[in-house]
Amino acid sequence: MWKPRPEDNQPMSSNQPSASPTVAAAPTPNLTTAPKEAPKMSHQAADRADVGHIGKSVVIRGELTGNEDLYLDGEIEGNINLRDHKLVIGPNGKIKASITARDIVLHGRVEGNVSATERVELKKACTLVGDVSTQRIVIEDGAYFKGSIDIKESKDSRSEARKPIAMAAASAGSSTGMSSSTTYNASSGSQGSFIEPK
Amino acid sequence: MNSPNHSLSRWFRSGGEPAESNAQEKGTAAPRGTRRSIGFGEFMRSLQADLKAAGEQRLSILDLGSTSPANISFFTEMGLRVSTEDVLRACKDPDYMLRQEDGSEQFDSQKFLAENLAYSEGQFDAVLCWDVADYLPEALVKPLVERIRFVLKPHGTLLAFFHDKDPGPNSALYRYHITQTDTLEIEPKGSVKLQRIFNNRHVESLFADFASRKFFLGRDNYREVIVVR
Repeated sequence: MWKPRPEDNQPMSSNQPSASPTVAAAPTPNLTTAPKEAPKMSHQAADRADVGHIGKSVVIRGELTGNEDLYLDGEIEGNINLRDHKLVIGPNGKIKASITARDIVLHGRVEGNVSATERVELKKACTLVGDVSTQRIVIEDGAYFKGSIDIKESKDSRSEARKPIAMAAASAGSSTGMSSSTTYNASSGSQGSFIEPK
Repeated sequence: MNSPNHSLSRWFRSGGEPAESNAQEKGTAAPRGTRRSIGFGEFMRSLQADLKAAGEQRLSILDLGSTSPANISFFTEMGLRVSTEDVLRACKDPDYMLRQEDGSEQFDSQKFLAENLAYSEGQFDAVLCWDVADYLPEALVKPLVERIRFVLKPHGTLLAFFHDKDPGPNSALYRYHITQTDTLEIEPKGSVKLQRIFNNRHVESLFADFASRKFFLGRDNYREVIVVR
């Protein structure tokens, strides 16, 4: 059975990232048994080269604009505009700004409105206080969000999205209409126990 | 098999700290259960009727519970504009406590409402209040209901849950995740002191300025109330 050579686990030289892209690129058949993370890591390393970094000790007040992807782990107060690029707010990032970008991924804290032309991701433990305007949004459990979400979508996709809900409503059965006075409905058998463990 | 009481007692044993933070620190997920909710089903039917009537106009909904990805996804897929504001979490901010001359502390509802729920009049077609009112500081209950009425459109709908009986010194607080148009997934969030029990008269009095109130009585010591502005 193939075993990794000791030198496979040694760190690379200082001018190469530790997650080496060479592992995935090597041509020998043995590499099919290489750790599964290798292609992903090499992809990340390649990405990193194209991404601007702002470290956690950096504080900026004013307007931040750019034409490249950006990883931001510092403090920003003002506006951020990366119109056609991706912005990642790191876990140490503290942003008080309006943000415009193509994709926005939040790990840290943001106070301000967020507008993405494509996608917003709120990672767990992130905090967003502000309104979101985007085509797609992903919110992880544990993220804190205070504000409004406006999904920008075409008329076609909007009507498609409504269909399943409308069908569910039709199958749910009718109930008594809303009266102008107080009404009490005793749901003796139909309302289940409060907790039904899965 | 875990009984509901067994599940709850496990949360009570976790002490006064919110179980949510405990679970996150330990990397464990809180067990979830499901609940069929007639009140929520009624709420959805009302909302869908509004959606039909609105045509291309986008409706807005306000969720006052904990941030729930499921709820946000559910409503945005319907084409609604969703606003979410975790009122109970905001209430815990010590800045809202006013120290009185006699040394006691009172909740500053004016300051709270100046910094939270700052929406324009009639901005929302529907509001999900869940069981938030049972846990609010006394001084905030009435002003909050007035604020909700302010931000609701005429004929807008509010859904609220109320405990029917006092479950003890610490009541399990839940996050409500919508799974279907009449089914909720409930996730224990911690054990928090229930501030009061609203009886039917209290609830009617609380929403006296609204056009109608409709009660759904469950077998699980909860009342669900649909209120229409």
